[in-house]
Amino acid sequence: MTTKSQAVLNWIDERFPLTSTWKAHLSEYYAPKNFNFWYFFGSLALMVLVIQIVTGIFLVMHYKPDASLNASGVPVAFASVEYIMREVPGGWLIRYLHSTGASAFFIVVYLHMFRGLLYGSYRKPRELIWIFGTLIFLALMAEAFMGYLLPWGQMSYWGAQVIVNLFSAIPIIGPDLSLVIRGDFVIGDATLNRFFSFHVIAVPLVLIGLVLAHIVALHEVGSNNPDGVEIKKKKDATGKPLDGIPFHPYYTVKDIVGVVVFLFFFSAVVFFMPEGGGYFLEYNNFIPADPLKTPPHIAPVWYFTPFYSILRAVTYPLFGLDAKFWGVVAMGASVVIIAFLPWLDRSPVKSIRYKGPIFKIALAIFLVCFFILGYLGVLAPTPGRTLVSQICSVLYFAFFLLMPWYSKLDPCKPEPERVNFK
Amino acid sequence: MSVDQKMDSSRRTLLLATSAAGGVAAVATAVPFVASLTPSERAKAAGAPVEADVSKLKPGEMMTVEWRGKPVWILRRTPEMLASLDKTDEKVSDPNSEEPQQPEYAKNKHRSIKPEYLVTVGICTHLGCSPSEKFKVGAEGGMAADWPGGFLCPCHGSLFDLAGRVYSSMPAPTNLEIPPHQYLADTTILVGDDGKA
Repeated sequence: MTTKSQAVLNWIDERFPLTSTWKAHLSEYYAPKNFNFWYFFGSLALMVLVIQIVTGIFLVMHYKPDASLNASGVPVAFASVEYIMREVPGGWLIRYLHSTGASAFFIVVYLHMFRGLLYGSYRKPRELIWIFGTLIFLALMAEAFMGYLLPWGQMSYWGAQVIVNLFSAIPIIGPDLSLVIRGDFVIGDATLNRFFSFHVIAVPLVLIGLVLAHIVALHEVGSNNPDGVEIKKKKDATGKPLDGIPFHPYYTVKDIVGVVVFLFFFSAVVFFMPEGGGYFLEYNNFIPADPLKTPPHIAPVWYFTPFYSILRAVTYPLFGLDAKFWGVVAMGASVVIIAFLPWLDRSPVKSIRYKGPIFKIALAIFLVCFFILGYLGVLAPTPGRTLVSQICSVLYFAFFLLMPWYSKLDPCKPEPERVNFK
Repeated sequence: MSVDQKMDSSRRTLLLATSAAGGVAAVATAVPFVASLTPSERAKAAGAPVEADVSKLKPGEMMTVEWRGKPVWILRRTPEMLASLDKTDEKVSDPNSEEPQQPEYAKNKHRSIKPEYLVTVGICTHLGCSPSEKFKVGAEGGMAADWPGGFLCPCHGSLFDLAGRVYSSMPAPTNLEIPPHQYLADTTILVGDDGKA
């Protein structure tokens, strides 16, 4: 570095912790050297967040949250999305990036969460990272749900109608609560505008704050790894972990490979199948919202379907309260329970590499149930399907609630002293 | 702190009192923000009654009018349709309309003022979807072989008969709502105002 630029850097460093922050989080943040494929998804999630924010900023320039009908009898909000698609130069691409980005976000985040399950990333001392992560997932669901109303199509309208009505099932405060969410007696212009406000300002702010907390907490305790052993236990004379390598340049370069491969698939969807076979953009949503007519089949977008199935699986009233209310409770619990994993897992080892057959079988059953619930969530309910979703819902909760016992019973292999690295 | 362990308790009291006052102010400030989320005066004032001309409605036909942003169905029932209500009496969960889902004048077998015309809010009492009309009797319309005609909610499968009464053990807890309404003339219905409220 030339003395002149060094002088500029010094000037800044005396006033702002630039070099020390760079070192603490990148050039001297030591990550385990044995990261594998599963460790791409954290940085990819961050990149998708950036894609969503940038495309979102540009979409807001043309989108109008207005449920009133224009001169041709089409809701203004719906027409403004069509305007973006057909008349704004490049608008179609920005919008498809945003809509595909929503599904990509959930794909990446689900894989990121599954990595945590595989390698015990939620275990002590990473409990807070995991809790922040669960909160990010919740915020992401809120963000996606409210964003889905904005195109003001049939699925937007009736999906919101069903979900907001769920809140009215809560005893005592329910009816007033759903009134406050809607801002009107029916889903309408008031609802559209407040969802727009939450979608573009409130929830993104919360998301960014949580992501920051997630990363700060991670960098405080250090990353877990596929062997689930703490690299900080073995340090060299200078205090660097023996099995650690600086995040920059080693993992920045590795993550760029991940980004390239990800963008390859992402672009394929954006350019060749932006509707994702009717799963990323549902066909009924190309029809403007009609408060007088529900489409013959309504289903949430794919990333909500496992939880939607759990909601529908509850068909029995209990303690004098509607099945509808218990469905809402079960759906909420199915997400919140994830946050308790650090205290449910009593296994002596973190990583699945050293866990015994019981955990592996439990995880496999959980995974299969999650996929079945997701699949059933897009289908119309029949008595047979409801029964299957009830079985899968029970197994979903059993994975978590029985973990304190089966994780203790599980015959584990001894963890190695150092990470495995070939 | 370590230099002087003695606490100035009068200052501490002042500090607590100021914090409490500040807290009260913060909560009070939240009131208008929460209030702004509730329906506006305009939203409350909306929902004027709507007039429907049913003179062109043929027996067995249904029309939909919009009242308070919701679909209101007006179904002109044929004698066969009305007769089907006898068959569904035992299948529905509230055959005598005990739940207050209708004005007093519609608390009868056919749940309407004139037996021929059913006026009901076309919103499922489960989660607010609008049920689809399944008027064809039997398996023809994709329903069970003994289906006497009625409505099917596409969202969660609730079934209703031709008086808007919900079948037993359905996700929907109650019958469809009958809105306040009155006949201004023989074939003109005013939905949303029965002249009694």
